[in-house]
Order: sequence, then structure tokens, then C-alpha cells
Amino acid sequence: MDNNSTLQQIGCHQEIVRLDGVSYSFDSQSVLSDVSFRIMERDFVGLIGSNGAGKTTLLRMIVGLSRPQKGAISLFGQPADEFKDWNKIGYVPQRNHFNPLFPATVREVVLSGLYGRKKLFRRLSKEDIGRCEDALGALKIQDLGDKKIGALSGGQQQRVFLARALINNPKLLILDEPLSGIDTETQQSFFHMIKHMHQRHNITFLMVSHDMDMVRSYLGQEPKEKSGKLSFYVRHSHDLDDCDGTDLLHSLRREG
Amino acid sequence: MDILSAEFFQRALIGGALIAVTAPLMGLFLVLRRLAMIGDTLAHVSIAGVALGFLVNVYPVAVGLLFAILASFAIELLRRTYRTYAELSIAIIMSGGIALASLLFTMGKGFNMDVSSYLFGSIYTLNQTDLAVIAGVTIIVLSMVLIHKKELFLLTFDEEAASVSGLPVKYFNIMLSVLTALVISASIKIVGALLVSALLTIPAACSLTLSRSFRQAVVLVVIIGEIAVLAGLWIAGIGNLAPGGTIVLLLIGILAVSVMTTRIMRA
Repeated sequence: MDNNSTLQQIGCHQEIVRLDGVSYSFDSQSVLSDVSFRIMERDFVGLIGSNGAGKTTLLRMIVGLSRPQKGAISLFGQPADEFKDWNKIGYVPQRNHFNPLFPATVREVVLSGLYGRKKLFRRLSKEDIGRCEDALGALKIQDLGDKKIGALSGGQQQRVFLARALINNPKLLILDEPLSGIDTETQQSFFHMIKHMHQRHNITFLMVSHDMDMVRSYLGQEPKEKSGKLSFYVRHSHDLDDCDGTDLLHSLRREG
Repeated sequence: MDILSAEFFQRALIGGALIAVTAPLMGLFLVLRRLAMIGDTLAHVSIAGVALGFLVNVYPVAVGLLFAILASFAIELLRRTYRTYAELSIAIIMSGGIALASLLFTMGKGFNMDVSSYLFGSIYTLNQTDLAVIAGVTIIVLSMVLIHKKELFLLTFDEEAASVSGLPVKYFNIMLSVLTALVISASIKIVGALLVSALLTIPAACSLTLSRSFRQAVVLVVIIGEIAVLAGLWIAGIGNLAPGGTIVLLLIGILAVSVMTTRIMRA
């Protein structure tokens, strides 16, 4: 059974992230040494590790915020250095330590998820506005659109940043501790929503979490692989018949 | 009263109105990126350039501009070296600028250098060249900000997200630095080095408390800047007061009112 599903995976799904012997150290302190791992399309990868195990560092390297000192990273089959389609990747960092007085509405923040290379020198279209409303709707925060971002609770802000990551209809969603700093009830509904996205939509997940119970409940008891202090728990989603899937944001089918 | 119709006063109004658009606009980006004090720093470095300009007999504003641009690059470089300590790089360059300015001023003692006009501004002595420079700066700043308003918002709100989106963050940072340097060297003659940072930061400070959206904040800083500069010039003209000082005190008055308004609205 296990073998079977692996074969299927390779036959039909693309390799999304590939880490080859990635190492990183701050000064002389080694944070990551020789980490290799592959994330296939529609995998849900839970990355678990103690404090200082290099989880955040690894995510930051994948999204291009820092470079591995040794080893190589490739994204969607391309070396990370040459990768240009950053709109395919949604990233929700650990804490968004923005200035709470920052004058920006929820809608302005969510729309900013679209402002990549492809949007340079181009105005926002009606379609973009529609995408924003869809993203707000998908996270059930439509009625917060005109609120100032700093006036929201932690859980609401987390939804806003997830909406910002989703507006591009990403193929890969990277979440760094999305459940920290919000109350248990919100955590559960948030995790439920993420699980739903994984099962129903063509999104690959890479999530760092501290919450072993929640991770194990969805991804199984044992990690698929270990590397140093990092454990990779993986669950593959088979619920869709083909690899095209349906988009979370239904107005977005043309892109992504 | 006939000062208001005098030609030098007309030039002052035009120059002031232009600077009141660009300085608060660039100031908003600086304040939101926690670089509020950069204006003061660049202004002092720019003064050193002005002094050098007098010494070597080159159009002082141009040399001041060159110095400000160089300083803004140096700040950006230090800012990346001392990440999250933006104010450190600013303090270092600021002391360097003042040191250099004081050296150059003492060297130029024999020359006829009008130091105080650059420290406190001399908006009544604007000539056609100054006005042309200010108009040019305004056009450059406005067009760059309009073309890149989306990207500048993201860069200001969340620099890392901008980088993850694949935006050329380095290019935008340099652009912001150069635009800031342009605005500052152009405003020195109007409000003076000591008061430049008021025009950069106080409108932004007002809009932080008053506006809910970024769009509102952008509109508001320009309106506040215009009110303070035009009303300030008019009051100064009638009452024979120092125009730079009047403008800044008006700005502080507006800030006090906007802070009180938000307090009352919240209560």
C-alpha cells in the first residue's frame, strides 16, 4: 500500500521543494547540517523540532530570505537562484511584527500579496479586487475588510496574513507556527481550515508547529524522515482524482 | 500687507507649496519604516555639502544634494549591517555630517558664507534656479511614488514579504534613499536644515493617529503639509515672523489637535 502510493505520487505529482545537503550556521554555531528532503505536490509536511533546531531558518532559505552556505535548494524543479515564479509560493511568517499603528486596512494588506514582479508597472484590476474579496471570504473575514490591521486580535491578524498568502492562489503554502499566540479554540478552527484546504484544493503545505498533538492527529504518529533535530511528518492527499484540482479561490483559475 | 503681493513672496509660496507635497510624502515612508530621524541626518550632511559648494564656488544646493545622496547610500549600507538597529546608522552618519560641516565652515570663515540661511531656511531669497530645482524634484518624486505606490506600500509594511514576492527590494530601498536626499536638499533653503525633519515627520505623525488606511494617510500628510506651509508663510508674512519657525510651530499645533481629536473620539 505504501509503495503503491509512492509510485502514484511520482507518476502524477511534481516535485515542489528539494533540499540537497543543505547546511547553515550562524557564526560558528551550526544550525542545520546536511538536510535533504523532498516535498511532492499535495504533500502536507509538518516540520517539528526543538527551539533552535533551525526550522525557521530552513523556511527562510526556501523562500529566498537567506541562502544555504552548503547544499542546494530547488523549487518546482528549478534551482532556487533561478526561480522567478514567487507568486506560486505563499509564506506566512512566524509573527508579523508590524507596527500596530501602521495605517493600513485589512483589504490593503491582503491585496499586497499580489504585488510581485508580475504586477510591477501595472494597476490593480477589477479581477484583483475580486480575488481579494474571495480570499477574505475564504477565511471568513469579509466584514473586517475596512478595519485597521492593528486593531484586530491575534487570531484575526493570522487570518489576514493567511488571506494575503492565498490571494495568489499559491501551489505551495509555507506556514511558520501559524497556531502560536492564538487561543485554543481559534487554533482548532484554524487547523481545521488548513486541513480542509489540503484535502479539497491543490495546495502543498509546509508547516512548522510546536503542537505535536495537532500535527500527529493529522499527519500520523511517526515522522517520515529525520534530519538532525528536525522531524518531517508527511501526509499526502489523494482526495482529488487528478492533479489539476479545484482552486480555493474560484475566481483565480487562470493563474497559478 | 503688500509683502503678500511682492515677487519674492510669490516665489516663496510656490516653492513652499511644492515642498509641502514631497517632504511629507517621503516622510510618511520614512516614519513608517522607523527611519524618522533620517531627515535630520541627511540635512546636516547636506549642509556640509553646501559649505563645500561655497568653498569651491559651485552651486551649493547641488553639492548639498550630492552629499545627501552619498549619505543616504551610507545609511542604507549601515542599516543592512546593523539590521533592526536602523537608528544606529542614522546617528553615526549624523555626527559625521555635523563634524564635516563644522570643519568646512571654519575653513570658509574668510568667505562670505550665509550659514544661518541654510540652518534656518531663507525662503524669501529663493531665485528662479532654486524654484526650477524644487519643481524638478517634485516631478521626480511624485512620478516615482505614483508608479510604484503598490510596491512602496508593501516594502514599507513588510520588507520581507516584498522580498519573498520577488520584488527587487534593494532597488526600491536605493530609490527611497535617493528620493529622500533629493527632497531634503531641495527643502533646506526653504525651512532650513534644523527644521527639515519637522516637515518630514510631523505630518506623518498626525496621519498615523488620524487615518485608518494607507490611502488616507498619503492624502492626509499632503493636506497637512500644505496647510502648515501656506498658512505659515502667510502668517509669517503678515506678522513679520521667521517663516521656517512659524511653519514648524503650526505643524506642532496641528499635531496637538489631531492627537486630542483621536483621544476624544476614542473616549
